[in-house]
Amino acid sequence: MQTFDLEAQGLRALNETLQAQSQQTNETAWEIVNPRGSHAIAVGLDAPIEVTVKGSTGYYCAGMNKQATVHVKGSAGPGVAENMMSGTVIVEGDASQYAGATGHGGLLVIKGNASSRCGISMKGIDIVVQGNVGHMSAFMAQKGNLVVCGDAGDALGDSIYEARLFVRGQVKSLGADCIEKEMRPEHLETLRDLLERSGVDARPEEFRRYGSARQLYTFDIDNAY
Amino acid sequence: MCGIVGLFLKDKSLEPKLGEMLTDMLITMSDRGPDSAGIAVYGTDRDGFAKLTVQADDPARFAGLDDELSQVLGCDVTLRAKDTHAVIDLPEDKLAPAREALKELRPEARVMSAGEVIEIYKEVGLPGDVAKRFDIPHLQGTHGIGHTRMATESAVTTLGAHPFSTGPDQCLVHNGSLSNHNSLRRKLAREGVRVETENDTEVAAAYLTWKMQQGHSLGEALESGLEDLDGFYTFVVGTKDGFGVLRDPIACKPAVMAETDQYVAFGSEYRALVNLPGIEDARVWEPEPATVYFWKH
Repeated sequence: MQTFDLEAQGLRALNETLQAQSQQTNETAWEIVNPRGSHAIAVGLDAPIEVTVKGSTGYYCAGMNKQATVHVKGSAGPGVAENMMSGTVIVEGDASQYAGATGHGGLLVIKGNASSRCGISMKGIDIVVQGNVGHMSAFMAQKGNLVVCGDAGDALGDSIYEARLFVRGQVKSLGADCIEKEMRPEHLETLRDLLERSGVDARPEEFRRYGSARQLYTFDIDNAY
Repeated sequence: MCGIVGLFLKDKSLEPKLGEMLTDMLITMSDRGPDSAGIAVYGTDRDGFAKLTVQADDPARFAGLDDELSQVLGCDVTLRAKDTHAVIDLPEDKLAPAREALKELRPEARVMSAGEVIEIYKEVGLPGDVAKRFDIPHLQGTHGIGHTRMATESAVTTLGAHPFSTGPDQCLVHNGSLSNHNSLRRKLAREGVRVETENDTEVAAAYLTWKMQQGHSLGEALESGLEDLDGFYTFVVGTKDGFGVLRDPIACKPAVMAETDQYVAFGSEYRALVNLPGIEDARVWEPEPATVYFWKH
């Protein structure tokens, strides 16, 4: 286990060190102490390493992640795991706005609540939120799965393309072109797998599925102002 | 951007450290807006007394002002000059006459705040420098609000800095930008409410003052602001014994809150809160959009 004191050693040194790890690195376990809400912790990683952040983070923690597992033992500020490509990011506490935004792949697990715009423009990432998500979550979502074990705020899935949204609790309102859809066996299977990988104790049958009505794909005069 | 910090103390033993804690929080937020900074501190209540905080670009203009005011008002007046600001202590019933007298005696001086306990200090410059100029770390009090500005809607000037006074012992700070401040300024002008600068936040402050003059509580005024103020905002407001937070319905301007048995704290980012005592075990959360939060002593 390598321990990195962010306060003493600085952010630039941290990210340079972590980004320099190769595919075959033997230094696979890293611990970051004294994060003190700093921005851009553990961004741009591209190696199969495990990074544990001992505390809460600021903006863009684990952004652009590839392969690595980043575990935040606290809450995360705006844009956690933004544009993640692969790997896993786990947040023990809450996540602020636009968690997992534009993510192409990998798994983001938020054990608390996520605030507004969770999964905005997601492009293949899987996001599992054990609590609630705020308004405009999965706005313009294109691909991937958003699983919400609690409630979803206003305008869920507004202008959604092809992502799948699973919500166990209440949905305050659905956004434009987002509708409830039939839960078929393959969806239950996907959901079971995601819940299991996230360590969530919930039954897939308790969820409802939402997705695109595909009415915004082509120009429709009724949608024009 | 802009950065906001706020601290509302529940534990009296922390009151001597209010200025020091707020300054530390505000300096942490410097990179959210380095052009001007300000702080409002709610100090000790002296029965029957009130204070005016005034600003003049040339501090030499404060010389002899206490004697001149004493003469006009017919009472004892004390003045503490701090750089470009001066705090004038006087009997409560002399507050309004003193403001009138000031217009004659020092027409160039601006009233930053008025009330029984509030003092507002604000200037162009980095939070650390502004705090030093006014010796903010040594201020004591029950609660306070700080702001560091990245100007978007109007010029970088002392009067464009936050906090803005919204009435006796009241103040407002703002992160965001209002898009209908010009039309609202015209509407307020028709109602006889004067706004001094081109600044959008001053319009919001004047709007809240106007609503409260019509008999609304601060909470009600903030609620009606959700209808009448168009734009982005995270507001933090202070009153003589209270402290409130409101975010617009879109809530893209950041906000983090923390509460323990000792305090309620606000920061634009969690970074601002990390040095507070017991923060590791505090309840930390993000305030909901379009929801008025308020704490009172």
